[in-house]
Amino acid sequence: MEHQMPANAFNNFTDYGIGIGLRSSHYNHILTRKPVVDWFEIISENFMIDGGRPLQILDQILEQYKIVQHGVSMYFGSAERADREHLRRLKELVKRTKTPWLTDHLCWGSVDGRYTHDLLPMPYTFEAAKITAQKIRDVRDFLEVPIAVENVSSYAEFHVSEMTEWEFLTEVVERADCGILLDVNNIYVSSQNHNFDPHTYIREVPAERVAQIHIAGHSKYRKYILDTHDHPVIDPVWKLYADAIHRAGHTATLLEWDDSIPSFDEVHTEALKANKFLATESLAMAV
Amino acid sequence: MNLLSLQRRMAHAVMTPLTPSEGMRRVSPDGRPMREVTAEFIKSNERLTSFERLEIYNRQYWFRVLSSFAEDFPGLRAVLGGRKFNAVAKAYLSDCPSRSFTLRNLCSRLESWLRRHPGWAGSRQALAVDMVRLEWADIEAFDRKAEPALKPKDLAGADASKLRLRLQPYLQLLDLRYPVDDLLLGVRGDEDTEFSSNAFTERRKRKRVLAVAKLKPASIFLAVYRLDESVYFRRLDCEEFIILNELRAGKTLNRAIDTALRKSSIPLAKPSARIQRWFHTYAALGWFCQPENEVIASQTRIVPFEKAKKHE
Repeated sequence: MEHQMPANAFNNFTDYGIGIGLRSSHYNHILTRKPVVDWFEIISENFMIDGGRPLQILDQILEQYKIVQHGVSMYFGSAERADREHLRRLKELVKRTKTPWLTDHLCWGSVDGRYTHDLLPMPYTFEAAKITAQKIRDVRDFLEVPIAVENVSSYAEFHVSEMTEWEFLTEVVERADCGILLDVNNIYVSSQNHNFDPHTYIREVPAERVAQIHIAGHSKYRKYILDTHDHPVIDPVWKLYADAIHRAGHTATLLEWDDSIPSFDEVHTEALKANKFLATESLAMAV
Repeated sequence: MNLLSLQRRMAHAVMTPLTPSEGMRRVSPDGRPMREVTAEFIKSNERLTSFERLEIYNRQYWFRVLSSFAEDFPGLRAVLGGRKFNAVAKAYLSDCPSRSFTLRNLCSRLESWLRRHPGWAGSRQALAVDMVRLEWADIEAFDRKAEPALKPKDLAGADASKLRLRLQPYLQLLDLRYPVDDLLLGVRGDEDTEFSSNAFTERRKRKRVLAVAKLKPASIFLAVYRLDESVYFRRLDCEEFIILNELRAGKTLNRAIDTALRKSSIPLAKPSARIQRWFHTYAALGWFCQPENEVIASQTRIVPFEKAKKHE
């Protein structure tokens, strides 16, 4: 048995179970039916505002559910420093939600103050790892909450890269001493786009740093796969999930579904399929 | 190539406008073939060339920002028509790429950009600017801060000659030349209508826009505000607009009213009843917020409007 602890310093020693992303099309269902859900993940940027309906809804959700913040524009890998206004607003939200840990992507997306609003891939260099790790440390020190970085799906690789993606991820999280949000769908998508073995990726990452796991669906095109979060999770991704929890232990797991979003029950049922793998893993550990 | 150089190079390529067939441009701005430029920093594989790999990001970028633009400005789309609207969106986003971590602010510079580039909207420039101002005000009213509303006790003993009322940050005040509030509500209504074909909806939108475009420009004044977390429009009299703007500028209540009445068409005999009605409405809607500090001195007292005017 490699890792029995369900929780670690990178998710603030919590044991959150299976969650789903909080999406506006489900607000009414959640607030009126009050379904039993372990936790919701929110996109931080949607609530980094001064007032209005989104914050009112968030406060109502916070009265009944546990929330974890997930960001899409901190751009830890951008060469420029973090935007002060962004940090200020993010800290206000952290205080509001009391998120036990906070996640964002291991990517870049802005340069010279101009934002692409995309999760652009990193060059896997030691220079990039050093800059990224320093930024993660700076942000964590400012926000005073554990941080976990998520591996992204990518469609391009750079000549300047000096290591594999999983080596880069390891280099960054160990330099920053932060957690990993292991997105097993992103590993699958990138493995198909760049021809590597996704199981090797999962075997090589420092499992003791995995604070959370993402599962999701994607779209397959003729020459590549896009990370679209608009389908159920496919079997090969569930297999990667099983691998991941075998290495990291029971870990807070979240299903992402961001486009062509079906009913709340359909999304939740898809997420709860993770229970089968968690139960199998528990059984394996018990014997 | 260090991290910053690589990121500048890639961002430049990603943010370069697409071709009319929504592909990546074949030639870079410096005249070199893009295949050559991309191959210098992006690897190819057996399925995709460097160019094709970068093109995925180039297309994603434009689809994302154009979709965000379209989502925020259905009224402008109705005014300009689909083809011109798309051209305006591309031109604006090329000139003014996002400088904020949130797409919410993507079009914060659209009004000033449109004023600087009147050619895009042609004969409908004034109507287009009005619509952009209204749709941006709608965004601001939706999620700007709401401070605790003023309560009667906050006004205890206040003197109108010294009283400076603070307006809610979410309250947006607009002076417009066309009744774009009605137009926007109509456009939204058309979009929400179920069971109607796209062609029918588009025809109805065009008819609405034509009807407004034919009107002679005439000032209207509008408050865009939030109540119970929904955004509403409320037409204002000119005097109301001036009073509220003066208050927002930090003028005293008496000064704001004086300024508004100086050129007013309200009969001189009894303006106070009308003004009191306005303020009742504003208070009911929660447009005034509590003082930041104790600016309303406890020794001041509230005096009837007519008297207060004489005191200032």
